[in-house]
Formats: sequence, C-alpha cells, structure tokens
Amino acid sequence: MSMGQTIAEKILSNHAGKDCHAGDMVIASVDFCMSQDGTSTIMIRELETLGFVRPKTKHGMAMVIDHNSPCPSVDVAKMHKTIRDFSKAKSVPLFDVGEGVCHQVVPEKGKVHPGDLVVGADSHTCTYGALNACATGLGSADVAAAAFTGSLWFKVPESYSFCVEGELSDRVGAKDLVLQIIGSMTADGATYKSIEMRGRGIDSLSMDGRFTVANMAVEMGAKFCPFGFDKTTGDWLASRGIASTNWVTSDDDARFEKHFCADASDVVPKVAKPHRVDNVVDASDLRGTEIHQAFLGTCTNGRLSDLTAAADLMKGRHVKQGVRMIVAPASRTVLIEAMDRGVISQLLKSGASIVAPGCGPCVGTHAGVPSDGENVISTANRNFKGRMGNNKDVSIYLASPQTVAASSLTGQITDPREI
Amino acid sequence: MKIMGAAHRFTPNDDINTDYIISGRYKFKIDDMNELARHVMEDIDPGFAGNVKKGDIIVAGKNFGCGSSREQAPRALKAAGVSMILAKSFARIFYRSAYNIGLPLIECDTDWIGQGDVISADLDTGIVVNVMTGEKASAKPVPKTMQILLEDGGLVPHLIKHGGFSLQ
Repeated sequence: MSMGQTIAEKILSNHAGKDCHAGDMVIASVDFCMSQDGTSTIMIRELETLGFVRPKTKHGMAMVIDHNSPCPSVDVAKMHKTIRDFSKAKSVPLFDVGEGVCHQVVPEKGKVHPGDLVVGADSHTCTYGALNACATGLGSADVAAAAFTGSLWFKVPESYSFCVEGELSDRVGAKDLVLQIIGSMTADGATYKSIEMRGRGIDSLSMDGRFTVANMAVEMGAKFCPFGFDKTTGDWLASRGIASTNWVTSDDDARFEKHFCADASDVVPKVAKPHRVDNVVDASDLRGTEIHQAFLGTCTNGRLSDLTAAADLMKGRHVKQGVRMIVAPASRTVLIEAMDRGVISQLLKSGASIVAPGCGPCVGTHAGVPSDGENVISTANRNFKGRMGNNKDVSIYLASPQTVAASSLTGQITDPREI
Repeated sequence: MKIMGAAHRFTPNDDINTDYIISGRYKFKIDDMNELARHVMEDIDPGFAGNVKKGDIIVAGKNFGCGSSREQAPRALKAAGVSMILAKSFARIFYRSAYNIGLPLIECDTDWIGQGDVISADLDTGIVVNVMTGEKASAKPVPKTMQILLEDGGLVPHLIKHGGFSLQ
C-alpha cells in the first residue's frame, strides 16, 4: 500500500513522473519561471552562456520590472535596457514599468494554476502557494537552468501542517495573523519546509489575505506554502479566465513532521519591530512610538482589499501633519479597480500620495527613502537595517494596512481598533 | 577538497540576511561583481570590504543568507575573495545559490571559532580544524549534489558539461 502524500509530495511527484516522498531528490519539470529587475541581468548572462533560444518550461517565463519602477537612475536604466533587449530578442514576455509588483502581476495574468510547480528569482515567489501551487524563490542561476532545461532538481521537503481555527476580528488582518505566526516560529523556524495552511481561519480569508500569508512564509525560511483549493480559489481564477483543473489536496494519512495550531479570533494587531521580522509585539505595546513615514503597498499588502481597508479607516480623517503616507498599488489592475471604487480618491483626500504600481520604497531604491533617524511603519515584509535605502538609525516597523493607516493619522504607532 | 583561510566574524552572528551581505542600495545599480564586492557587509561591518583578503573565510551562527534571493550576495562575497563560509545553518536560497556559483558552504558548530583564527575544512571528510590550536570539529557532510556542482564549477558549467542535470 502506498504511503499518503502532502501537497508538496504530490506536486513534486506529478512533475517528476514518479512517486516521491520527503527527503527524496528529484528532477522535476517546472511549469513557469519568473525574474524581476534586480535578478534578471544575472539570469540573462547565464542564459546567454547556455545558448538559450526559448524557455522549455511548460507555460514559459516572464520578467517584471518592479523594484525600480519607474527607473530612478542612469545605472538602473542600463540594466532595464538589457532586460528589454533580451525580452525583444528572445520573445520573453516582459511586464514593464507600471504593470505592478511581480507577485501580483504573475498570478493576475494567469501564469500560475493550482497544482503547478513554479520558480522565481525573487524570494517571495512562495506567494503563489495561495493558489494551491508549489512555488519557491531561487537565485538567478537556478531560474536560468529551469528556463533552459524546463526542469530543476529539488529535494522533496518535509511538511508542516498549520491549522488556523476561528476567524479574524474587525480591523485585524491576514498580516497580523502571519506576523503572529512568524513571531512564534522565528526567522528560521520553517527552513526548507513546506507549510500547508488549513482550517476555518484560512478558508475564511479572501485571496488577497491568502497571498499576504503565503508571501511571508519565506520570512520563517519556508520553501513552499501551499494552501488548499476551494471555491474562493476557483472563483478568483475563473473571474480572470484562468482554468483550475489540476488542484491537489494532501491525503488523510500524509506524513507531517510537525503540526501547529492557532486561533484567528485571538489575533490582535501586531507589529514586527526593527530589525527583525520575527521581533513581533502587539501594536498597542508600541503606543507613543513616533512615526515619520507610513507605507502601504508591496507584494505583501498592496492589493485592493488592503487599499480599501486603509481608505475605509481614513475616511473623513487626515494624515497627521509631519507624516508622509505613501501608497503603491500592487498592480495596474489593482490601481484601476481602486480608482473605480473611489478608494484612491479617498486615500488622496486623506493626505496620502500615490506612487506607480510596483515595489515602491520597500527595497530602498526610490519613491520614499527615509531620512536619518526616522521611523517608518510599513506593510512590507522586511525591516532589516538599511532595507529602505538608509542605514543611519532608520527603524522600520512592519504592520497591517489597518495599523499603517491608523498610525499615519495619529503620527505614532496605533492599534487600528482605537481609531 | 580542502580549503583554508582566516576567519571573519560579525555582529549579529545569527540571521545575517542578504540585505546585510549586499545592500539593495548597491545591488540594483551595480552589475559588476568586483565593484559590488567593495560594499559587502557594509551595513553591519563597514570595514570588512577593505580588510578581507583573497582566501579568507566567513564564520557565522545560524540561518546565514536569509532574506532575498539576490544571487549578488554569494557572487559579491566570492568576488571579494571569500573562499568558504562556515555557519551553524544556512537559509535555503542562499545555500543553493552559493554552490551554483562555486562558493562552498560548511554547516557545523562555529561557537569555538574566533575572529582571525585560521581554519581548514576538508569538504570530503567534513573535518574542520583550527590550524593554530589544533582544535577540531566535524561538519555535516556536504551533500553529493553540492559536491558535483562544486567540482563542475557551478550550475551553468555543470549543465554545459553534461548537457543537462547529472547529479545522481
């Protein structure tokens, strides 16, 4: 009798053409691969060395210019030109300036399907796990190898089962849930593991919320973060004309290395303090901490429901004098929907400034580099020293869209339930 | 394969992320690894890039190389002259990328190694020795896949040599 399998074991088995279990080494076919403007130039050099003609991955590949978008300098412009020239020469799809953050654009454009195996030269590629896929970030050479050969070697990971019961309360977001999880797991608590998210607390999340949770799996070291497939997944894909036939579920007798439980109804607004993502406390513990800049956006929290939650909270109120509130919608589509629903207008009336869809100031290249000694509250996924482009006593606090919006109104870190 | 070099240690010791190895301030605008090498570790040790000598090694605690997938991190360290990294554990993406570009990583206890100690590691036996004191430790064996990649000079040379993956 064959042993039960986890989602990771099933997806890798399906792509390796043989039954495999945790610990096995397999060569697996890859469905899709991607890179962004910070990782594409090395990938392109490797592909040129290999004599690349066209991708052998089942659904091809794509490059996204999002980390420095629009381009902030002559040096970066040269790199962007290399990417555009390669895209044209090899007919590789490019999502250029204004399309948005790779991890919103790639799923929106239908590049990821349930049951897929996807790799990307960006650590937050694990975001696509929300669509019942196995997706992981890799270096540029690995992604070049995947594009060139159509396959890649994988060690089949052990899986952790993470069951979330209950439902999130008002003004508490998926970000608070995942920050609480990372705080308890720590920065290497799931290194090399596949984390399967399940339970009513997960099922009740919108796709936007699921992307937020899967996005941050790498902040505890995880390789994959596959979610189950349900009506929410199917509807999200169907509304974008994307098929979902090959969804997978783990077997009842699948072997999980560890089981974790949480109750979403116990989760309160959380903040990751500088300079570690696992340095997590309750937002209310930081009352009185002055902030100079608030940032809403990124592949973690730049989606329509994130912008809407912030706008709803800010309605009829104004950003505190002396605070800069910067908003980067995750994609052109998100921006258009947010405009059509009056969300952008609301944010602007409340004093926010909107920058182009993309990574915004998250990675310190443009669009909101803080001054020496400033505190930033951000919906991003990393708060490392120097992350936003300035290493001189800049402190970055990570929080939900609701907490960032609330803090922008008061000028200090604020539990959004107090607004 | 044996590698020997003088140890560099950092504060923090654990969870040294790729932003600390090479900041986004530089990696997004500089494409030349030799130039990037002048900024490695800048945010946690501004003197490191000027002090590191060819063949030196890095010694750290757990989860070295966590954070972003930037392959510039292992590449810039290699370009700076770093010949090997010893840590209690490595983050997953960094681990693959380092071997993909021909930079060996050794997983072992590192608390006994001090700044400036000259350390020799045998990648085949996993024996790590402080050549000044004779003190020894044994490392986790380097997986065969990684040894093959290293012997072939990295992932792309491996694919060219074998016309595909030949890792078993």
